[in-house]
Amino acid sequence: MGIAIQAEGLRKRYGENEALRGVDLSVPTGTVLGVLGPNGAGKTTTVRILATLLSADAGHASVAGFDVAGRAREVRRRIGLTGQYAAVDERLTGRENLRLVGTLYHLGRRTAKRVADDLLERFDLTEAADRAVKGYSGGMRRRLDLAASLVARPEVLFLDEPTTGLDPHSRNTLWETIRGEVAAGVTVLLTTQYLEEADQLADRILVIDSGSVIAEGTADELKRKVGGERLAVRLTTPESAERAARALTGIGTAPATLDDDGLTVTVAMAPGIGAVAEAAGALDSLGLDVDDFGVRRPSLDDVFLSLTGKNTQVETG
Amino acid sequence: MTTPTKPMNPAVELGSDTAALFGRHLRHLIRMPEKLLGATLMPVAYVVLFGVLFGSAMRAPGGNYQEYLMAGILAQTMLTNVSSTALGIASDLNNGLVDRFRSLPMTNLSVPLARTCSNMVIALLSIVVMSAVGYIIGWRLDNGIGAALAGYGLLLLLGFAMSWFGALIGLVLRDVEAINSVTILIVLPVTFLSNAFIPLGGLPDWLRAICEWNPLSAVVTACRELFGNPTGELGDSVLVEHAAPMSLLLTGLMLLVFIPLAVRAYRRAVTR
Repeated sequence: MGIAIQAEGLRKRYGENEALRGVDLSVPTGTVLGVLGPNGAGKTTTVRILATLLSADAGHASVAGFDVAGRAREVRRRIGLTGQYAAVDERLTGRENLRLVGTLYHLGRRTAKRVADDLLERFDLTEAADRAVKGYSGGMRRRLDLAASLVARPEVLFLDEPTTGLDPHSRNTLWETIRGEVAAGVTVLLTTQYLEEADQLADRILVIDSGSVIAEGTADELKRKVGGERLAVRLTTPESAERAARALTGIGTAPATLDDDGLTVTVAMAPGIGAVAEAAGALDSLGLDVDDFGVRRPSLDDVFLSLTGKNTQVETG
Repeated sequence: MTTPTKPMNPAVELGSDTAALFGRHLRHLIRMPEKLLGATLMPVAYVVLFGVLFGSAMRAPGGNYQEYLMAGILAQTMLTNVSSTALGIASDLNNGLVDRFRSLPMTNLSVPLARTCSNMVIALLSIVVMSAVGYIIGWRLDNGIGAALAGYGLLLLLGFAMSWFGALIGLVLRDVEAINSVTILIVLPVTFLSNAFIPLGGLPDWLRAICEWNPLSAVVTACRELFGNPTGELGDSVLVEHAAPMSLLLTGLMLLVFIPLAVRAYRRAVTR
């Protein structure tokens, strides 16, 4: 299996701000790499360098076998890009948008027309095809945007936060489409702030923060890295949650944390039933009113939290 | 699994990309009647307001003021291409379309070129409508059809240069408010510190010198000569003395400077 995307030591600086401090990555052909990180971590900068929109200050990268700096033209013929905004023309209809992109890929008028019709059908946009995009819903725009990036049947697809701001139904539809492309052999680099999305779609995950790669592996490897299990206890009042957090900190393998709601306490536990029993006993002896009590495997949220000391969800809301 | 698109002859490719994007801009024009209305009604309002208002207060040496005014007001309309091009290209940049275009295997020149060319359609439309209204208020072409067409060509060339200047401004500034203030800051003094609206005879020497060396004065004077309209009292600046060749030279120079700079800015532009 070949390598579809390869980057070594990518650096990029905007004035004082060091957006990338040496990013390495490698994506085997036909697989999905999820790039995970909070806002400003360097995800979009990485995608833009790989998609030939930005030049790196240092390091080099190749996509589909061509150097992104020296052979940008060849790279552009083989990639599709879906950015954070739905980059479609609001005044044109869905069909006109796709035909325009096809023409700009030099597919020829007839092919561009046929490809546009096929994609509209596949993305469930046939009915809206001849209406101006201005009247489309957010989900429809994203679908059209993704369709536009597939017009020339790219080998490599860059998806920069493709589902940000979408409702769960639209998100699922988009995920299905992306899975379909991967099944057809397309290599995908996907950035996301949603750990669930990386978990759902990515074969491997790269966690970046402040322009550096801080972890890489499959979702399972990353979860194992964090180790242990998580005990989550939900209390009924913020005061009792704080008391519970203090008590559980003494029992877990790391200090207990309070979730955003102020009621749920999460703590990493040593494996085995003993620690759980000890925690239950401690809460019982404090006489706290426990709403929910559960043990779970660590999620990617926990991975991110333990790697960066930051909770992704706090920033993304 | 993929069949990458075949490389084309660069000139054919530039033509094909530009034509596709030009089609996009024409569709916009048809779907935004308010834009068409702005491009035609505003200049008409100018012709009527300035022609009637200034015309009843001012006399142009060697003819009536309406005849003097038309070349000036046509040239001023060409200057408005700066802001319309700048705002259009900035909007493509801000909503991510420039990112999309730049990720496609297309020619870089075609994106600003299609936009500046499509703006010339609007410019031509304004010129036609304004000329018709000018005719109604008494403006005449007294120098033959060939010379008149040359004058119109000069105006369009000025409009094209201003459009490229706008493309550069839009790509560099990006922000709508910044674009609006900067273009007003440039267009207003260039328009009024020229002989576009007022005969320069009555101005103090220093102010008159500034106006005579304004490139816009050269274009306006050249058009007056080609249209067979009164030019007013010409000063001794080489720009107005040899107005036609000078305006050709100046607009050509502007294009030589603005086109490469705008294309360079486009090649580096990414949505923020």
